[in-house]
Amino acid sequence: MRIIPFLISLLLTAGLIYFLDNQWGKIPPLGKFLSPQHGFWQNAEPVGKNFSGELSLPGLKDRASVYLDQYLIPHVYSNSEVDACYIQGYLHAKFRLWQMEFQTFAAAGRLSEILGPGDSDRLVKYDRSMRRLGMVDAAQRALAKMEEDSVTKRDCDAYTAGVNDYIKGLRAGDLPLEYKLLNYQPEPWSNLKIALFVKYMAFDLAGADNDFEMTNAKSIFSKTDLAKLYPAVIDSADPIVSKGTHFLPPGFVPKTPATADSLYFSNRDTLTATEMKPEKSNGSNNWAVNGTKTLSGRPILCNDPHLSTNLPAIWYQMQIRTPQYNVYGVSFPGAPYIVIGFNDSCAWGVTNAGRDVRDYYTIKFKDDTRREYWFDSAWKMADRRIDTIRIKGRPDYYDTVALTVFGPVMYDPTFNGFANVTSSRSYAVHWKAADSSNEIGTFQALQSAADYDDYKHALDHFKCPGQNFIFASKSGHIAIWQQGEFPAKWKGQGLYIMPGEDSSYMWQDNIRAEENPNMLDPDRGFVSSANQLPVDTSYPYFLGSDFPPYRGLIINRRLSQMNKIIPADMMNLQTDNYDVFAEMARPLLLRNIEVSRLDEEGKKYLNIFKLWDLRNDTLEQGPVIFKYWWSHLQEEVFDDEFSKSTLPLMRPFESTLLEALLKDTAYSFIDNINTPEKETIRQVITSAFLKAVPDLIQASKDNKITWAKYKDTWARHLLRIPALSRMHLPIGGGTHCINAAKQFHGPSWRMIVQLTNKTEAYGIYPGGQSGNPGSPYYDTFVDSWATGKYLPLWVMDMDEIRDKRIKWTMHLKPSDQ
Amino acid sequence: MKFVTTTLLIALLSFLSGLYLPWWGFALAAFIVSALIQQRPGLAFLAGFTALFLLWAGLSWSMDTPNNSILSRKIAEILPLGGSSMALILITALVGALVGGLAALTGSFLQKKKVVNPDME
Repeated sequence: MRIIPFLISLLLTAGLIYFLDNQWGKIPPLGKFLSPQHGFWQNAEPVGKNFSGELSLPGLKDRASVYLDQYLIPHVYSNSEVDACYIQGYLHAKFRLWQMEFQTFAAAGRLSEILGPGDSDRLVKYDRSMRRLGMVDAAQRALAKMEEDSVTKRDCDAYTAGVNDYIKGLRAGDLPLEYKLLNYQPEPWSNLKIALFVKYMAFDLAGADNDFEMTNAKSIFSKTDLAKLYPAVIDSADPIVSKGTHFLPPGFVPKTPATADSLYFSNRDTLTATEMKPEKSNGSNNWAVNGTKTLSGRPILCNDPHLSTNLPAIWYQMQIRTPQYNVYGVSFPGAPYIVIGFNDSCAWGVTNAGRDVRDYYTIKFKDDTRREYWFDSAWKMADRRIDTIRIKGRPDYYDTVALTVFGPVMYDPTFNGFANVTSSRSYAVHWKAADSSNEIGTFQALQSAADYDDYKHALDHFKCPGQNFIFASKSGHIAIWQQGEFPAKWKGQGLYIMPGEDSSYMWQDNIRAEENPNMLDPDRGFVSSANQLPVDTSYPYFLGSDFPPYRGLIINRRLSQMNKIIPADMMNLQTDNYDVFAEMARPLLLRNIEVSRLDEEGKKYLNIFKLWDLRNDTLEQGPVIFKYWWSHLQEEVFDDEFSKSTLPLMRPFESTLLEALLKDTAYSFIDNINTPEKETIRQVITSAFLKAVPDLIQASKDNKITWAKYKDTWARHLLRIPALSRMHLPIGGGTHCINAAKQFHGPSWRMIVQLTNKTEAYGIYPGGQSGNPGSPYYDTFVDSWATGKYLPLWVMDMDEIRDKRIKWTMHLKPSDQ
Repeated sequence: MKFVTTTLLIALLSFLSGLYLPWWGFALAAFIVSALIQQRPGLAFLAGFTALFLLWAGLSWSMDTPNNSILSRKIAEILPLGGSSMALILITALVGALVGGLAALTGSFLQKKKVVNPDME
């Protein structure tokens, strides 16, 4: 034996193994990752893989079958609701485990734990934001409420058991790819994770406000200017509930605090916190028409929720059949039940209400320890919570959060969001989603809803995020309810940061549920919503102003004109790229452009814009010209005023500028305050165009002069890894179109349901049933989605088991049988 | 013959270790085999290297083909290997081979006396 060479060689071998067994920077542990028996090769799913099999599952009560069709959509046949939930959990885990767990990590502020601190600690700031907002507390409170309800508890327990039984059966090689890339392991699932997922949706859909930006604007602009920049009402708005509808007298009239004028509206404090905000255009469309407008004489219901176009997709499609119901639709991996779908009697869908249910209060602490704060004329002890944020590759970070009567302190001298400057003051957040509620109870009840009364009753559970629940039934009814628990606010309450030294600025009571905006079987023959203002000004409560008008406008216009509708008409409508915002803006622009100031290149683009058919189709240049022109116009009008301040501010909405210019060609902001002369509307519109021309020439050089290339829509992997994403999709549409496809965001599920005796339904989403990037089912639907195609939604009957669409069957039985 | 036998034995035991042990289990297989079967260190290294190169290349190729390279093309973008599945299979095989070779080399130094005349020569 040669001891020296042996030791050297041993050291070398051990060193190499150590090197390959560990993660270095973003490179996964290469030995583990490349090993064909452990690493990513195991995720290379054979094309044509056989998913059939017999499975003994410990948590199952009775035998059940899962029929997988050619798109890998499961048709679940189970003898009980509780088994159906167990199987749903098992299937979600089998096909989407990494995504469902990752989303709950994002919800709970635990991203640093698996991804590291991020560039300039971005992810640590993200985690602190989520923790401070109280996401975990909110989920725990929701869980307590969910578990009070015996049915919800039973179903969540079963769902969780299904997920965990799948996890227990995993070998290292079976782990989803992303665990291997990031080098970590799944935790056991729990009911709390279901609640965390629900709260993540609440954050995504009801976690946006502009309170900080508006407070700063209030300190800079006069009251008159403020009203011009951020008007409360949009003239062109066509509300969800038709104008002129009579409302109940208010059940509660909130009292404006006596000090509102002096301490609130006239307060000129400024703030520096930069908030993390969910995607602003988390919106959606839905509508239902009754039999008077359809060829079949039966209602048709349509829904397309606009969310991030992620891969793995946010939705998982399935049919679930139990003796109690036969339901088809999409579910959220991470929670039981079908969320948007239909059963043998009715169909339902949702859009976001977008009401402001999150407000901030200035907290006066006695000293830097932030143990006591001034409230109702005395120093009051603040509760404290210490959050431990685990950071991959770094010691834990401890964040001390003071808890007040309003809610947790979101920003203080130790935390100012994503801002680079420190705040000297502290602000507590009060958020509706922090109240206890059982939202998924609504979906449990909808699955077996037979008619309007069941639907109405199902909504009772739903508090936050406020949603426009649309409904249609085979018995011929159509309805819509803006459902949620909304605070009754006095006019202007919560637009700005409020004083937090006493209780007078707190929310006083909720609007009674029966006063929520709603419509049942209206004469016009349709109901619809697209995140617009829910009601006209006769509604007796203050609603705020952040409601995009244009999609709602075009949907209602089209629906009014349509008759003898068949599902194919609805497909055309859902994928309609017509831009009603451009329709309203173009005459204004063309009226005011000084053509004589344009060169040949400019005239060429102006001519294309003139002849544009106002459709944001993939190959059009018109929408690109419009986009550049309008954004330069916004700069021409507002930059002089807004660039004077370095504080976080919000530019006026596109609709605000358009309506202002249409109404008043001498809109005061047109004037550039930095020049002695007084600019005119013709000057700013022309100089905006002149500035757009070089951009257009550049875009033309970059091959980005046509709309789809310019917009560049992706179905993007949750980790934003290009190789795992589908990039450069040929899809038109955009923010103001019914087909609201933006770059990383858009119609996340398009569904059309015609409620004839035998339901006729169609749907598509930008993803695939498998979450595995190594599966041919990872992105099955993406190309069809982009080009506006639909797939028939097949509600499988028991006598169709031998249908050729069924590719595989999983026979499930309880372990003890 | 001894070289071929050693190589095949290492490959076989490495495959079996992969079913039950962590990814580096094959290093134990290569180490033990070359400690027991007397060979010169250079040849031992070559045997471990060849065994693992062939095993990992073969296994990854056998998974890549039925997958139509759906996954390997994506991983070869991330790593980054220009999206080439073949390059990824090669890198995979080389990583296994290097560890396999070194482990076998280490094992060969445990032998009691110098190997003078193995049948390969």
